[in-house]
Amino acid sequence: MTNNKHEIFIKKIMNILKYIFLSITSLISIFPFYWMIVGATNTSNDVISGKMTFGNELLTNMSNAINNTNLMNAATNSFKIAFFSVVFSVIVSSMAAYGFQMYKSKGKKVIYNLFLLSMMIPFSVLLIPQYRMIVNIGLLNNLWAVILPSIISMFLIFFFYQSLSDFPIDTIESARLDGASELLIFFRIVIPQLKSSFATAIIYSFMTSWNNFMWPLVVLQTDESQTLPVLLSSISDITNYSIDYGVIMVVIITSTIPLFIIFTTMQKYFVAGMTGSAKG
Amino acid sequence: MIKKMKENHHIYGWGFTLPSIIFFATFFLYPIIQSLILVFTSSQGSVSNFVGLANFTRVLKDPIFWNSLKNSFLYLIVQVPIMLFMAAILAVLLNSKNLKFKNFFRLSIFLPSVTSLVSYSILFKMMFSENGIINDFLVNGIGFLDLPISWLQDPFWAKIVIIIALLWRWTGYNMLFYLSALQNINEEIYEAARIDGANVIQQFRYITLPLLKPIILFTAIQSTISTIQLFDEPLNITNGGPANSTMTVSMYIYKLGFEYLPNFGYAATVSYIVMLIIVVLSIIQFRVGEDKK
Repeated sequence: MTNNKHEIFIKKIMNILKYIFLSITSLISIFPFYWMIVGATNTSNDVISGKMTFGNELLTNMSNAINNTNLMNAATNSFKIAFFSVVFSVIVSSMAAYGFQMYKSKGKKVIYNLFLLSMMIPFSVLLIPQYRMIVNIGLLNNLWAVILPSIISMFLIFFFYQSLSDFPIDTIESARLDGASELLIFFRIVIPQLKSSFATAIIYSFMTSWNNFMWPLVVLQTDESQTLPVLLSSISDITNYSIDYGVIMVVIITSTIPLFIIFTTMQKYFVAGMTGSAKG
Repeated sequence: MIKKMKENHHIYGWGFTLPSIIFFATFFLYPIIQSLILVFTSSQGSVSNFVGLANFTRVLKDPIFWNSLKNSFLYLIVQVPIMLFMAAILAVLLNSKNLKFKNFFRLSIFLPSVTSLVSYSILFKMMFSENGIINDFLVNGIGFLDLPISWLQDPFWAKIVIIIALLWRWTGYNMLFYLSALQNINEEIYEAARIDGANVIQQFRYITLPLLKPIILFTAIQSTISTIQLFDEPLNITNGGPANSTMTVSMYIYKLGFEYLPNFGYAATVSYIVMLIIVVLSIIQFRVGEDKK
Protein backbone atom coordinates (compact mmCIF):
# COMPACT_ATOMS: atom_id res chain seq x y z
CA MET A 1 0.00 0.00 0.00
CA THR A 2 2.69 2.52 1.01
CA ASN A 3 4.72 1.36 -1.96
CA ASN A 4 1.83 2.19 -4.23
CA LYS A 5 1.42 5.67 -2.69
CA HIS A 6 5.11 6.25 -3.13
CA GLU A 7 4.85 5.35 -6.80
CA ILE A 8 1.91 7.66 -7.39
CA PHE A 9 3.81 10.47 -5.69
CA ILE A 10 6.84 9.97 -7.98
CA LYS A 11 4.58 9.88 -11.02
CA LYS A 12 3.00 13.17 -10.03
CA ILE A 13 6.39 14.81 -9.52
CA MET A 14 7.59 13.52 -12.89
CA ASN A 15 4.47 14.85 -14.51
CA ILE A 16 4.99 18.30 -13.02
CA LEU A 17 8.65 18.29 -14.05
CA LYS A 18 7.58 17.39 -17.58
CA TYR A 19 5.34 20.44 -17.80
CA ILE A 20 7.97 22.73 -16.28
CA PHE A 21 10.58 21.49 -18.74
CA LEU A 22 8.28 21.87 -21.74
CA SER A 23 7.15 25.33 -20.61
CA ILE A 24 10.70 26.59 -20.16
CA THR A 25 11.75 25.19 -23.53
CA SER A 26 8.73 26.77 -25.19
CA LEU A 27 9.41 30.09 -23.51
CA ILE A 28 13.04 30.10 -24.70
CA SER A 29 11.91 29.14 -28.19
CA ILE A 30 9.28 31.87 -28.43
CA PHE A 31 11.07 34.68 -26.63
CA PRO A 32 13.26 35.91 -29.56
CA PHE A 33 10.11 36.12 -31.70
CA TYR A 34 8.38 38.25 -29.09
CA TRP A 35 11.46 40.44 -28.80
CA MET A 36 11.74 40.88 -32.55
CA ILE A 37 8.10 41.90 -32.90
CA VAL A 38 8.30 44.27 -29.93
CA GLY A 39 11.60 45.61 -31.26
CA ALA A 40 10.03 46.51 -34.57
CA THR A 41 7.68 48.86 -32.71
CA ASN A 42 10.39 50.63 -30.70
CA THR A 43 13.24 53.06 -31.34
CA SER A 44 16.79 51.80 -31.81
CA ASN A 45 17.75 52.94 -28.29
CA ASP A 46 14.74 51.24 -26.73
CA VAL A 47 15.60 47.97 -28.47
CA ILE A 48 19.13 48.01 -27.12
CA SER A 49 18.16 49.10 -23.62
CA GLY A 50 15.90 46.05 -23.43
CA LYS A 51 12.41 47.58 -23.55
CA MET A 52 9.99 44.65 -23.52
CA THR A 53 6.71 46.43 -24.16
CA PHE A 54 5.17 47.53 -27.43
CA GLY A 55 5.98 51.06 -28.60
CA ASN A 56 4.48 53.08 -31.41
CA GLU A 57 7.41 53.36 -33.79
CA LEU A 58 6.32 50.54 -36.10
CA LEU A 59 5.33 52.78 -39.02
CA THR A 60 8.47 54.93 -38.65
CA ASN A 61 10.65 51.83 -38.61
CA MET A 62 8.84 50.39 -41.61
CA SER A 63 9.19 53.56 -43.64
CA ASN A 64 12.86 53.87 -42.60
CA ALA A 65 13.44 50.27 -43.62
CA ILE A 66 11.86 50.92 -47.00
CA ASN A 67 13.43 54.33 -47.62
CA ASN A 68 16.85 54.07 -45.98
CA THR A 69 17.75 50.46 -46.74
CA ASN A 70 17.63 48.34 -49.83
CA LEU A 71 14.74 46.29 -48.41
CA MET A 72 12.29 46.36 -51.35
CA ASN A 73 14.98 45.57 -53.87
CA ALA A 74 16.49 42.80 -51.76
CA ALA A 75 13.11 41.21 -51.03
CA THR A 76 12.18 41.27 -54.71
CA ASN A 77 15.50 39.66 -55.62
CA SER A 78 15.13 36.98 -52.96
CA PHE A 79 11.63 36.17 -54.23
CA LYS A 80 12.69 36.04 -57.86
CA ILE A 81 15.63 33.76 -57.09
CA ALA A 82 13.50 31.52 -54.88
CA PHE A 83 10.76 31.27 -57.51
CA PHE A 84 13.01 30.23 -60.39
CA SER A 85 15.18 27.99 -58.20
CA VAL A 86 12.15 26.13 -56.88
CA VAL A 87 10.49 25.69 -60.27
CA PHE A 88 13.59 24.55 -62.14
CA SER A 89 15.16 22.43 -59.41
CA VAL A 90 11.92 20.57 -58.71
CA ILE A 91 11.26 19.86 -62.40
CA VAL A 92 14.82 18.85 -63.24
CA SER A 93 15.20 16.70 -60.13
CA SER A 94 11.88 14.89 -60.45
CA MET A 95 12.51 14.17 -64.13
CA ALA A 96 16.01 12.89 -63.37
CA ALA A 97 14.74 10.66 -60.58
CA TYR A 98 12.02 9.32 -62.88
CA GLY A 99 14.61 8.51 -65.53
CA PHE A 100 16.86 6.75 -63.02
CA GLN A 101 14.05 4.83 -61.39
CA MET A 102 11.84 3.84 -64.34
CA TYR A 103 14.38 3.31 -67.10
CA LYS A 104 17.03 1.41 -65.21
CA SER A 105 20.30 0.68 -66.99
CA LYS A 106 23.89 0.11 -65.96
CA GLY A 107 25.07 3.50 -67.17
CA LYS A 108 22.32 5.32 -65.33
CA LYS A 109 23.03 3.37 -62.15
CA VAL A 110 26.65 4.56 -62.28
CA ILE A 111 25.60 8.18 -62.77
CA TYR A 112 22.99 7.98 -60.01
CA ASN A 113 25.60 6.66 -57.61
CA LEU A 114 27.94 9.45 -58.66
CA PHE A 115 25.15 11.94 -57.82
CA LEU A 116 24.67 10.32 -54.41
CA LEU A 117 28.38 10.47 -53.63
CA SER A 118 28.52 14.15 -54.55
CA MET A 119 26.12 14.93 -51.70
CA MET A 120 29.20 14.73 -49.51
CA ILE A 121 30.95 17.52 -51.39
CA PRO A 122 31.00 20.65 -49.25
CA PHE A 123 29.97 23.80 -51.06
CA SER A 124 33.30 25.44 -50.21
CA VAL A 125 35.03 23.12 -52.71
CA LEU A 126 32.82 24.47 -55.50
CA LEU A 127 32.94 28.08 -54.31
CA ILE A 128 36.05 29.33 -56.09
CA PRO A 129 35.80 27.51 -59.44
CA GLN A 130 32.08 28.37 -59.66
CA TYR A 131 32.90 31.99 -58.92
CA ARG A 132 35.50 32.06 -61.70
CA MET A 133 33.01 30.45 -64.07
CA ILE A 134 30.33 33.06 -63.25
CA VAL A 135 32.85 35.86 -63.82
CA ASN A 136 33.94 34.32 -67.13
CA ILE A 137 30.44 33.98 -68.55
CA GLY A 138 29.60 37.53 -67.41
CA LEU A 139 26.90 36.68 -64.86
CA LEU A 140 28.47 38.47 -61.88
CA ASN A 141 25.80 40.57 -60.11
CA ASN A 142 23.09 38.85 -62.15
CA LEU A 143 20.38 36.88 -60.33
CA TRP A 144 20.92 33.92 -62.65
CA ALA A 145 24.36 33.50 -61.07
CA VAL A 146 22.47 32.19 -58.03
CA ILE A 147 19.58 30.47 -59.83
CA LEU A 148 21.59 28.35 -62.28
CA PRO A 149 23.77 26.40 -59.80
CA SER A 150 20.76 25.85 -57.53
CA ILE A 151 18.93 23.92 -60.25
CA ILE A 152 20.94 20.77 -59.60
CA SER A 153 20.10 19.39 -56.17
CA MET A 154 21.40 15.94 -55.31
CA PHE A 155 19.18 15.78 -52.28
CA LEU A 156 16.03 16.39 -54.33
CA ILE A 157 17.01 13.77 -56.91
CA PHE A 158 17.64 11.27 -54.13
CA PHE A 159 14.38 12.28 -52.47
CA PHE A 160 12.28 11.83 -55.64
CA TYR A 161 14.08 8.56 -56.41
CA GLN A 162 12.93 7.23 -53.03
CA SER A 163 9.37 8.51 -53.52
CA LEU A 164 9.16 6.78 -56.90
CA SER A 165 10.46 3.45 -55.61
CA ASP A 166 6.98 2.06 -54.94
CA PHE A 167 5.21 3.77 -57.81
CA PRO A 168 2.66 1.42 -59.48
CA ILE A 169 4.28 0.56 -62.83
CA ASP A 170 1.02 -0.94 -64.14
CA THR A 171 -0.49 2.54 -64.40
CA ILE A 172 2.39 3.62 -66.61
CA GLU A 173 2.26 0.45 -68.73
CA SER A 174 -1.45 0.78 -69.41
CA ALA A 175 -1.06 4.45 -70.34
CA ARG A 176 1.70 3.40 -72.74
CA LEU A 177 -0.59 0.83 -74.36
CA ASP A 178 -3.16 3.59 -74.77
CA GLY A 179 -0.53 5.40 -76.78
CA ALA A 180 0.34 8.19 -74.37
CA SER A 181 3.80 9.65 -74.94
CA GLU A 182 6.43 9.28 -72.24
CA LEU A 183 6.50 12.99 -71.38
CA LEU A 184 2.72 13.10 -71.19
CA ILE A 185 2.76 10.11 -68.85
CA PHE A 186 5.24 11.87 -66.59
CA PHE A 187 3.37 15.16 -66.41
CA ARG A 188 -0.20 13.86 -66.44
CA ILE A 189 0.05 10.61 -64.50
CA VAL A 190 3.18 10.55 -62.38
CA ILE A 191 3.24 14.12 -61.04
CA PRO A 192 -0.41 14.16 -59.83
CA GLN A 193 0.22 10.90 -57.94
CA LEU A 194 3.20 12.35 -56.09
CA LYS A 195 1.54 15.53 -54.80
CA SER A 196 2.87 15.27 -51.25
CA SER A 197 6.41 14.52 -52.45
CA PHE A 198 6.27 17.61 -54.61
CA ALA A 199 5.02 19.67 -51.67
CA THR A 200 7.98 18.48 -49.59
CA ALA A 201 10.41 19.21 -52.41
CA ILE A 202 9.01 22.70 -52.90
CA ILE A 203 9.39 23.54 -49.19
CA TYR A 204 12.91 22.12 -49.10
CA SER A 205 13.94 23.98 -52.23
CA PHE A 206 12.37 27.27 -51.10
CA MET A 207 14.03 27.02 -47.69
CA THR A 208 17.42 26.33 -49.20
CA SER A 209 17.10 29.21 -51.62
CA TRP A 210 15.72 31.67 -49.07
CA ASN A 211 18.49 30.88 -46.58
CA ASN A 212 21.28 30.87 -49.14
CA PHE A 213 23.93 33.28 -47.91
CA MET A 214 27.52 32.46 -48.80
CA TRP A 215 27.04 32.21 -52.56
CA PRO A 216 24.93 35.40 -53.03
CA LEU A 217 27.42 37.20 -50.78
CA VAL A 218 30.14 36.32 -53.30
CA VAL A 219 28.38 36.77 -56.66
CA LEU A 220 25.76 39.48 -55.95
CA GLN A 221 27.84 42.44 -54.83
CA THR A 222 25.77 45.40 -56.05
CA ASP A 223 22.76 46.99 -54.34
CA GLU A 224 20.61 46.17 -57.36
CA SER A 225 21.32 42.45 -57.11
CA GLN A 226 21.55 42.08 -53.31
CA THR A 227 19.38 39.47 -51.52
CA LEU A 228 17.70 39.72 -48.09
CA PRO A 229 20.26 37.74 -46.05
CA VAL A 230 23.12 39.76 -47.55
CA LEU A 231 21.29 43.04 -46.86
CA LEU A 232 20.56 41.98 -43.30
CA SER A 233 24.15 40.98 -42.70
CA SER A 234 25.47 44.30 -44.00
CA ILE A 235 23.05 46.60 -42.13
CA SER A 236 23.78 44.90 -38.82
CA ASP A 237 27.55 45.02 -39.17
CA ILE A 238 28.94 46.66 -36.03
CA THR A 239 31.38 48.74 -38.08
CA ASN A 240 28.33 50.39 -39.64
CA TYR A 241 27.95 53.52 -37.48
CA SER A 242 24.34 54.40 -38.43
CA ILE A 243 22.99 51.05 -37.17
CA ASP A 244 19.24 51.22 -36.42
CA TYR A 245 17.95 48.24 -34.44
CA GLY A 246 14.28 49.01 -34.95
CA VAL A 247 14.82 48.89 -38.71
CA ILE A 248 16.83 45.67 -38.40
CA MET A 249 13.87 44.07 -36.62
CA VAL A 250 11.59 45.06 -39.50
CA VAL A 251 13.98 43.46 -42.02
CA ILE A 252 14.29 40.32 -39.87
CA ILE A 253 10.49 39.99 -39.70
CA THR A 254 10.24 40.50 -43.45
CA SER A 255 12.66 37.67 -44.09
CA THR A 256 10.96 35.38 -41.57
CA ILE A 257 7.33 35.73 -42.70
CA PRO A 258 7.61 33.74 -45.96
CA LEU A 259 9.33 30.83 -44.20
CA PHE A 260 6.76 30.96 -41.43
CA ILE A 261 3.85 30.81 -43.87
CA ILE A 262 5.25 28.06 -46.04
CA PHE A 263 6.27 25.96 -43.06
CA THR A 264 3.10 26.21 -41.03
CA THR A 265 0.87 25.51 -44.01
CA MET A 266 2.89 22.62 -45.41
CA GLN A 267 4.63 21.27 -42.30
CA LYS A 268 2.81 17.94 -42.39
CA TYR A 269 3.92 17.16 -45.92
CA PHE A 270 7.45 18.24 -45.19
CA VAL A 271 8.05 15.97 -42.22
CA ALA A 272 6.23 12.99 -43.68
CA GLY A 273 8.22 13.33 -46.89
CA MET A 274 11.58 13.79 -45.20
CA THR A 275 11.16 10.90 -42.76
CA GLY A 276 9.97 8.70 -45.61
CA SER A 277 13.13 9.39 -47.58
CA ALA A 278 15.32 8.69 -44.56
CA LYS A 279 13.84 5.24 -44.12
CA GLY A 280 14.36 4.15 -47.69
CA MET B 1 8.88 -4.07 -82.79
CA ILE B 2 10.06 -5.05 -79.31
CA LYS B 3 13.58 -4.06 -80.24
CA LYS B 4 12.38 -0.68 -81.36
CA MET B 5 10.46 -0.20 -78.12
CA LYS B 6 13.54 -1.10 -76.15
CA GLU B 7 15.60 1.41 -78.08
CA ASN B 8 13.00 4.10 -77.48
CA HIS B 9 12.92 3.13 -73.84
CA HIS B 10 16.64 3.74 -73.69
CA ILE B 11 16.43 7.11 -75.40
CA TYR B 12 13.61 8.33 -73.15
CA GLY B 13 15.47 7.24 -70.02
CA TRP B 14 18.49 9.30 -70.99
CA GLY B 15 16.22 12.14 -72.09
CA PHE B 16 14.66 12.45 -68.62
CA THR B 17 18.04 12.45 -66.91
CA LEU B 18 19.86 14.63 -69.43
CA PRO B 19 19.08 18.09 -67.93
CA SER B 20 20.34 16.97 -64.53
CA ILE B 21 23.48 15.47 -66.08
CA ILE B 22 24.23 18.72 -67.92
CA PHE B 23 23.80 20.80 -64.76
CA PHE B 24 25.80 18.27 -62.76
CA ALA B 25 28.66 18.41 -65.24
CA THR B 26 28.64 22.22 -65.34
CA PHE B 27 28.20 23.06 -61.67
CA PHE B 28 29.74 20.03 -59.94
CA LEU B 29 32.07 17.97 -62.08
CA TYR B 30 33.80 20.83 -63.87
CA PRO B 31 34.33 22.92 -60.68
CA ILE B 32 35.59 19.87 -58.77
CA ILE B 33 38.20 19.21 -61.45
CA GLN B 34 39.10 22.91 -61.63
CA SER B 35 39.48 22.92 -57.87
CA LEU B 36 41.76 19.90 -58.05
CA ILE B 37 43.99 21.75 -60.53
CA LEU B 38 43.96 24.84 -58.31
CA VAL B 39 45.27 22.76 -55.44
CA PHE B 40 48.64 22.57 -57.20
CA THR B 41 48.83 26.26 -58.01
CA SER B 42 49.38 29.46 -56.13
CA SER B 43 47.71 32.60 -57.41
CA GLN B 44 48.36 36.19 -56.46
CA GLY B 45 45.93 38.37 -58.36
CA SER B 46 45.59 37.09 -61.90
CA VAL B 47 48.98 35.35 -62.02
CA SER B 48 49.04 31.69 -61.06
CA ASN B 49 52.01 29.37 -60.85
CA PHE B 50 52.36 25.63 -60.53
CA VAL B 51 53.67 24.99 -57.04
CA GLY B 52 53.36 21.20 -56.68
CA LEU B 53 52.53 20.18 -53.13
CA ALA B 54 53.55 23.49 -51.57
CA ASN B 55 49.94 24.27 -50.61
CA PHE B 56 49.74 21.05 -48.61
CA THR B 57 52.93 21.71 -46.69
CA ARG B 58 51.62 25.21 -46.01
CA VAL B 59 48.33 23.83 -44.61
CA LEU B 60 50.20 21.58 -42.21
CA LYS B 61 51.99 24.57 -40.72
CA ASP B 62 49.08 27.01 -40.85
CA PRO B 63 47.97 27.85 -37.28
CA ILE B 64 44.77 29.59 -38.44
CA PHE B 65 43.72 26.49 -40.38
CA TRP B 66 44.26 24.18 -37.41
CA ASN B 67 42.53 26.62 -35.13
CA SER B 68 39.47 26.88 -37.35
CA LEU B 69 39.38 23.11 -37.82
CA LYS B 70 39.51 22.72 -34.04
CA ASN B 71 36.59 25.15 -33.71
CA SER B 72 34.51 23.31 -36.31
CA PHE B 73 35.10 20.04 -34.45
CA LEU B 74 34.29 21.66 -31.13
CA TYR B 75 30.89 22.79 -32.47
CA LEU B 76 30.36 19.31 -33.87
CA ILE B 77 31.35 17.36 -30.74
CA VAL B 78 29.62 19.60 -28.22
CA GLN B 79 26.57 20.90 -30.04
CA VAL B 80 25.34 17.98 -32.18
CA PRO B 81 25.04 15.34 -29.39
CA ILE B 82 23.33 17.79 -26.99
CA MET B 83 20.96 18.87 -29.74
CA LEU B 84 20.00 15.35 -30.86
CA PHE B 85 19.60 14.16 -27.28
CA MET B 86 17.35 17.11 -26.39
CA ALA B 87 15.41 16.64 -29.61
CA ALA B 88 14.78 12.99 -28.76
CA ILE B 89 13.65 13.81 -25.20
CA LEU B 90 11.33 16.56 -26.40
CA ALA B 91 9.88 14.29 -29.07
CA VAL B 92 9.13 11.55 -26.52
CA LEU B 93 7.53 14.06 -24.14
CA LEU B 94 5.47 15.65 -26.91
CA ASN B 95 4.34 12.24 -28.07
CA SER B 96 2.85 11.25 -24.71
CA LYS B 97 -0.84 10.59 -24.96
CA ASN B 98 -2.35 12.67 -22.18
CA LEU B 99 -0.26 15.78 -22.62
CA LYS B 100 -2.18 19.03 -22.23
CA PHE B 101 -1.42 22.03 -24.47
CA LYS B 102 0.27 19.57 -26.85
CA ASN B 103 -0.21 21.71 -29.95
CA PHE B 104 1.02 24.83 -28.21
CA PHE B 105 4.22 23.10 -27.06
CA ARG B 106 4.82 21.53 -30.46
CA LEU B 107 4.36 24.74 -32.38
CA SER B 108 6.50 26.86 -30.08
CA ILE B 109 9.39 24.39 -29.90
CA PHE B 110 9.31 24.05 -33.65
CA LEU B 111 9.04 27.80 -34.30
CA PRO B 112 12.82 28.57 -34.32
CA SER B 113 13.14 26.36 -37.43
CA VAL B 114 11.28 28.91 -39.52
CA THR B 115 13.81 31.69 -38.95
CA SER B 116 16.24 32.37 -41.75
CA LEU B 117 19.82 31.59 -40.77
CA VAL B 118 21.14 35.12 -41.05
CA SER B 119 18.12 36.60 -39.20
CA TYR B 120 18.42 34.48 -36.13
CA SER B 121 22.20 34.93 -36.04
CA ILE B 122 21.69 38.68 -35.92
CA LEU B 123 19.03 38.36 -33.20
CA PHE B 124 21.52 36.39 -31.12
CA LYS B 125 24.28 38.89 -31.78
CA MET B 126 22.00 41.66 -30.48
CA MET B 127 20.77 39.68 -27.46
CA PHE B 128 24.29 38.77 -26.34
CA SER B 129 25.91 42.15 -26.95
CA GLU B 130 27.67 43.81 -24.01
CA ASN B 131 24.67 46.02 -23.20
CA GLY B 132 22.14 43.55 -24.60
CA ILE B 133 19.13 41.97 -22.98
CA ILE B 134 20.86 38.77 -21.81
CA ASN B 135 23.30 40.72 -19.66
CA ASP B 136 20.47 42.98 -18.55
CA PHE B 137 18.47 39.94 -17.45
CA LEU B 138 21.37 38.23 -15.67
CA VAL B 139 22.63 41.35 -13.87
CA ASN B 140 19.59 43.55 -13.23
CA GLY B 141 16.80 41.03 -13.75
CA ILE B 142 17.64 38.11 -11.47
CA GLY B 143 20.94 39.34 -10.02
CA PHE B 144 22.70 36.16 -11.09
CA LEU B 145 25.79 38.15 -12.11
CA ASP B 146 27.40 41.20 -10.54
CA LEU B 147 29.02 42.39 -13.74
CA PRO B 148 27.93 41.85 -17.35
CA ILE B 149 29.82 39.25 -19.37
CA SER B 150 31.49 40.37 -22.61
CA TRP B 151 29.91 37.44 -24.43
CA LEU B 152 31.14 38.22 -27.91
CA GLN B 153 34.51 39.69 -26.99
CA ASP B 154 35.64 36.70 -24.97
CA PRO B 155 37.03 33.68 -26.90
CA PHE B 156 35.36 31.19 -24.57
CA TRP B 157 31.95 32.83 -24.22
CA ALA B 158 31.77 33.66 -27.94
CA LYS B 159 31.93 29.94 -28.72
CA ILE B 160 29.27 29.25 -26.10
CA VAL B 161 26.98 31.86 -27.69
CA ILE B 162 27.34 30.19 -31.09
CA ILE B 163 26.56 26.80 -29.57
CA ILE B 164 23.50 28.21 -27.76
CA ALA B 165 22.32 29.84 -30.98
CA LEU B 166 22.70 26.58 -32.93
CA LEU B 167 20.83 24.67 -30.22
CA TRP B 168 18.00 27.19 -30.30
CA ARG B 169 17.65 27.06 -34.07
CA TRP B 170 18.06 23.34 -34.79
CA THR B 171 16.74 21.35 -31.80
CA GLY B 172 13.09 21.80 -32.77
CA TYR B 173 13.88 20.97 -36.38
CA ASN B 174 15.37 17.60 -35.43
CA MET B 175 12.65 17.03 -32.83
CA LEU B 176 10.12 17.13 -35.64
CA PHE B 177 11.77 14.19 -37.41
CA TYR B 178 11.84 12.11 -34.22
CA LEU B 179 8.27 13.03 -33.39
CA SER B 180 6.96 11.89 -36.74
CA ALA B 181 8.94 8.64 -36.47
CA LEU B 182 7.49 8.07 -32.98
CA GLN B 183 3.98 8.58 -34.27
CA ASN B 184 4.53 5.70 -36.65
CA ILE B 185 5.38 3.30 -33.82
CA ASN B 186 2.49 1.04 -32.91
CA GLU B 187 1.19 1.79 -29.41
CA GLU B 188 0.59 -1.95 -28.81
CA ILE B 189 4.31 -2.63 -28.55
CA TYR B 190 4.45 -0.39 -25.49
CA GLU B 191 1.35 -2.00 -24.01
CA ALA B 192 2.99 -5.41 -24.29
CA ALA B 193 6.21 -4.10 -22.73
CA ARG B 194 4.29 -2.55 -19.84
CA ILE B 195 2.53 -5.85 -19.16
CA ASP B 196 5.93 -7.52 -19.11
CA GLY B 197 6.96 -4.99 -16.45
CA ALA B 198 9.29 -2.74 -18.44
CA ASN B 199 9.66 0.74 -16.93
CA VAL B 200 9.75 3.98 -18.89
CA ILE B 201 13.54 4.02 -19.29
CA GLN B 202 13.62 0.37 -20.38
CA GLN B 203 10.85 1.07 -22.89
CA PHE B 204 12.89 3.94 -24.29
CA ARG B 205 16.10 1.90 -24.40
CA TYR B 206 14.70 -1.32 -25.92
CA ILE B 207 11.74 -0.15 -28.02
CA THR B 208 11.92 3.52 -28.91
CA LEU B 209 15.65 3.81 -29.58
CA PRO B 210 16.02 0.79 -31.91
CA LEU B 211 12.94 1.85 -33.90
CA LEU B 212 14.28 5.38 -34.22
CA LYS B 213 17.67 4.19 -35.44
CA PRO B 214 17.32 5.02 -39.15
CA ILE B 215 16.06 8.51 -38.42
CA ILE B 216 18.75 9.10 -35.79
CA LEU B 217 21.39 8.10 -38.33
CA PHE B 218 19.81 10.44 -40.88
CA THR B 219 19.77 13.44 -38.52
CA ALA B 220 23.28 12.67 -37.24
CA ILE B 221 24.76 12.63 -40.74
CA GLN B 222 22.80 15.69 -41.80
CA SER B 223 23.92 17.62 -38.71
CA THR B 224 27.53 16.52 -39.05
CA ILE B 225 27.82 17.61 -42.66
CA SER B 226 26.18 20.96 -42.01
CA THR B 227 28.14 21.65 -38.81
CA ILE B 228 31.48 21.02 -40.53
CA GLN B 229 30.32 23.51 -43.17
CA LEU B 230 29.13 26.06 -40.60
CA PHE B 231 29.34 29.56 -42.07
CA ASP B 232 26.28 31.83 -41.67
CA GLU B 233 26.13 31.79 -37.88
CA PRO B 234 29.78 32.47 -36.94
CA LEU B 235 30.11 35.05 -39.72
CA ASN B 236 27.09 37.02 -38.55
CA ILE B 237 27.35 36.53 -34.78
CA THR B 238 31.08 37.08 -34.24
CA ASN B 239 32.65 37.37 -37.71
CA GLY B 240 35.07 34.69 -36.50
CA GLY B 241 36.39 36.86 -33.69
CA PRO B 242 37.68 37.71 -31.24
CA ALA B 243 41.09 36.99 -32.81
CA ASN B 244 39.79 34.09 -34.95
CA SER B 245 38.64 32.21 -31.85
CA THR B 246 35.24 31.30 -33.36
CA MET B 247 36.34 30.97 -37.00
CA THR B 248 35.25 27.80 -38.80
CA VAL B 249 36.94 26.11 -41.76
CA SER B 250 34.24 27.28 -44.17
CA MET B 251 34.74 30.86 -43.04
CA TYR B 252 38.49 30.49 -43.43
CA ILE B 253 38.08 29.24 -47.00
CA TYR B 254 35.78 32.17 -47.79
CA LYS B 255 38.21 34.65 -46.29
CA LEU B 256 41.17 33.08 -48.11
CA GLY B 257 39.34 33.41 -51.40
CA PHE B 258 37.56 36.73 -51.04
CA GLU B 259 38.69 38.78 -48.06
CA TYR B 260 42.40 38.40 -47.47
CA LEU B 261 44.75 38.89 -50.41
CA PRO B 262 42.91 36.33 -52.56
CA ASN B 263 44.76 33.06 -53.03
CA PHE B 264 42.46 30.68 -54.87
CA GLY B 265 44.97 27.81 -54.93
CA TYR B 266 45.42 27.76 -51.20
CA ALA B 267 41.70 28.20 -50.53
CA ALA B 268 40.98 25.23 -52.82
CA THR B 269 43.51 23.11 -50.92
CA VAL B 270 41.83 23.82 -47.60
CA SER B 271 38.42 23.02 -49.13
CA TYR B 272 39.67 19.65 -50.41
CA ILE B 273 40.84 18.77 -46.91
CA VAL B 274 37.38 19.65 -45.54
CA MET B 275 35.81 17.39 -48.16
CA LEU B 276 38.08 14.54 -47.09
CA ILE B 277 37.04 15.03 -43.47
CA ILE B 278 33.35 14.94 -44.40
CA VAL B 279 33.81 11.75 -46.41
CA VAL B 280 35.62 10.04 -43.53
CA LEU B 281 33.04 11.16 -40.94
CA SER B 282 30.13 10.00 -43.11
CA ILE B 283 31.71 6.60 -43.63
CA ILE B 284 32.32 6.21 -39.89
CA GLN B 285 28.72 7.13 -39.09
CA PHE B 286 27.35 4.72 -41.67
CA ARG B 287 29.54 1.94 -40.26
CA VAL B 288 28.46 2.63 -36.69
CA GLY B 289 24.82 2.80 -37.78
CA GLU B 290 25.05 -0.47 -39.70
CA ASP B 291 26.89 -2.38 -36.96
CA LYS B 292 24.26 -1.72 -34.34
CA LYS B 293 21.57 -3.19 -36.55
